[in-house]
Amino acid sequence: MSTTAVNTMASLPTPSKFKLPQEASIFLVLLGIGLLFEGLGWYVNGQSFLFNLDRLQIIILQMAVIGIIAIGVNLVIITSGIDLSSGSVVAASAVVAASLAQVSDFPRAVFPALTDLPIIWPLLAGAITGLMIGLLNGSLIAFTAIPPFIATLGTMVAARGFAKWFTGGMPVSMLTDDFAWIGSGANPVIIFLVLAVIFHVVLRHTRFGKFTYAIGANRQAAIVSGINVNRHLIWIYTIAGLLAGIAGTVTAARAISGQSGMGVMYELDAIAAVVIGGTSLVGGKGRITGTVIGVLILGVMTSGFTFIRIDAYYQEMVKGAIIVAAVIADQYRNKKKR
Amino acid sequence: MTETATLERAVDAPPTPESPPLLAIRGIRKGFPGVVALDGVSFTLKAGTVHALMGENGAGKSTLMKIIAGVYIPDQGQILLKGQPVTLSSPIDALKQGIAMIHQELNLMPHMTVAENVWITREPRNRFGLVDHRELKRRTEELFERLHIDIDPLAEVQTLSVASRQMVEIAKAVSWNSDVLIMDEPTSALTEKEVSHLFRIIRSLREQGKGIIYITHKMNELFEIADEFSVFRDGKYIATCAASDVTRDDIIQMMVGREITQMFPKETVPIGDVVLSVKNLTLDGVFHDVSFDIRSGEILGLAGLVGSGRSNVAETLFGVTPASSGSITIRGQQMVIDKPAKAMAAGMAFLTEDRKDTGCFLCLDIQDNMDLAVLNSRYVNKLGFVQSDALAKDCSEMARRLRVKTPSMHEVIQNLSGGNQQKVLVGRWLLTNPSILILDEPTRGIDVGAKAEIHRLVSELAGQGVAVLMISSEMPEVLGMSDRVAVMHEGRITGILDRKDADQVSVMSLAAK
Repeated sequence: MSTTAVNTMASLPTPSKFKLPQEASIFLVLLGIGLLFEGLGWYVNGQSFLFNLDRLQIIILQMAVIGIIAIGVNLVIITSGIDLSSGSVVAASAVVAASLAQVSDFPRAVFPALTDLPIIWPLLAGAITGLMIGLLNGSLIAFTAIPPFIATLGTMVAARGFAKWFTGGMPVSMLTDDFAWIGSGANPVIIFLVLAVIFHVVLRHTRFGKFTYAIGANRQAAIVSGINVNRHLIWIYTIAGLLAGIAGTVTAARAISGQSGMGVMYELDAIAAVVIGGTSLVGGKGRITGTVIGVLILGVMTSGFTFIRIDAYYQEMVKGAIIVAAVIADQYRNKKKR
Repeated sequence: MTETATLERAVDAPPTPESPPLLAIRGIRKGFPGVVALDGVSFTLKAGTVHALMGENGAGKSTLMKIIAGVYIPDQGQILLKGQPVTLSSPIDALKQGIAMIHQELNLMPHMTVAENVWITREPRNRFGLVDHRELKRRTEELFERLHIDIDPLAEVQTLSVASRQMVEIAKAVSWNSDVLIMDEPTSALTEKEVSHLFRIIRSLREQGKGIIYITHKMNELFEIADEFSVFRDGKYIATCAASDVTRDDIIQMMVGREITQMFPKETVPIGDVVLSVKNLTLDGVFHDVSFDIRSGEILGLAGLVGSGRSNVAETLFGVTPASSGSITIRGQQMVIDKPAKAMAAGMAFLTEDRKDTGCFLCLDIQDNMDLAVLNSRYVNKLGFVQSDALAKDCSEMARRLRVKTPSMHEVIQNLSGGNQQKVLVGRWLLTNPSILILDEPTRGIDVGAKAEIHRLVSELAGQGVAVLMISSEMPEVLGMSDRVAVMHEGRITGILDRKDADQVSVMSLAAK
């Protein structure tokens, strides 16, 4: 939105104090954590943590999949909902996409008649799998009025079950090189960034985005203002499912294999990234830029702990503490405003 | 403001030193941000009497009641219980000191039994420290016998009728050995037969020497059950009388007795054709057979007590709660309005009653709050992109016209005063260029200046040919602004008065049958 057009009200002074955007403070946190590991890195390992192109690449690559999911989860949380199904959707769409990407000289293909397909088919199949589960989430929430927590808890369990049934517990492997290309090099990162830019624009500059914030800020007022809240929520959850489906497809391509155990706990990492990025669980507030920074914070932490050789168990404890701290900080900010 | 009804002020006899009254309130003052709800109010409740509190909406009855029940702490004044000054710091504190309140909306746990509900927090224990269900049942039976209540102590509360639940609430209040019982509209959901049972119980409580504070909007009940009543108006105590000494008209006089100030700049504008015509509109169980017409340029006031169904009619007109039957005709064309978007497409706008619950998006800024209702139609291109510059320009123009006081359109609406929030919401609807404007309590809880500006604006809009339906609990506002006044009582329109025939007494007697 253009700020230049509005900020002069009649006979009132324009605000003189410059307000930092909310993202600035989160970015400072990211920077602080980065510098902390930089210092610790020199102390423990005698080398730089940040100024290492390979490591930065790995951090971003690792987090691209979580990032793609987090974009959708961010939309959901802005409407004051929650989506627990994304991790299982990753598994479901990974195995479906992989099953249509197998090479013909593999004797135990899931669909022996459907091998060596053009890359578009596994891509579409993976995305549509996610989209359908998202549509189911949205419809359940809109038409039965059950809480999003319960609806997506149900699909979380069911989608994981679907993935196990679909594969019979075996990995779907021997995938085409074309399909593997999607997950290679910087491709996952490019997909993540393109999606982030698209949804940033959607949230800031379209009616769809404005309705999303309005529903989260006050559902009743949104209804009275003529917004078809149910239809909008179905769209939101469907988009979240689609994005998780894309994330699943990318995951399968990166691993060159589709497995029913993929994406476990990804939904929680995504929620954590969104919350750390300043999106309020109460709804009505949050930006994609914040979420991107939140994803980076998670990535830097994981990578940093590994770098200074701290045990993975400790890592999870600290990660938990940071998520809780982010929510406390959010509540503190809200209280101060009132 | 002149007081026309000070004549009966003398009945309140000073308490005799040897037998102090059960409950005495002296000089209570209670303010909320922006309003003084009670101003120097005194009131005396004698043991063994039923004392009704009377007054219009906003007269201060509920505030006084909540102070007596320990919900609010007064800013000033004294509460004497049997002659002893007390402080009531919370409802539980009041309960322990012998003051129990029976709420209008019942506070029982539906999945627990009657006995468990009555004795909650005071369950008898057996020697293992577990709840002694046999003793619980016995105590409940004993209590019910004393009150002539016939309800199975082991029934789950959700299986009971509303009337029976009411009885359980009363029994619960009595079980605390309360001397003072406060009943807020206890008969609002009861049938005639249930009411007479309730009254029998109230009479037996009175014989046991309890003092009962009774709030009602129903005049005939007042004469049937109350011994004395006190009238409040605009947060002030007006008079206390014995029910046997006065007539219904006297009481209405006392409740409304004030003159209308010249705050409402009603302009005479040409009245055009019928824009909105409502016939036999019904929402089952809420309101019935509501019919009225509004012409262009006309302001139809909709008066009635809180709970008479006024806001429900507005919500149904706007498609929030679609009607069960009846018709809505707009400019000669009958319409089915089952969602707000359809109402908006037909040129309607609806400023809701509750600014916080159904109006503001509190965490969003002024711009986002104002532009939301026009995103369905204008300012959006085919791809769904918002044309921010045009939108921002028109919104700030509207904010200027409504004199919204804010440093910028990007101020979060939460930080604005109630009056300014209301102006932003009015702006939201004016941007839609409505031809039918529904206003539900447009000036509730806002300061005098903002109030006058909104009144001026509504008159101006009517002058431009907008048909206005204005719901208001403020009698002077309704009488001052309206061309005609429709009055609702218990879900029905009891009369539509022309401006020249509408005065406080005629409206009140239609509103409180």
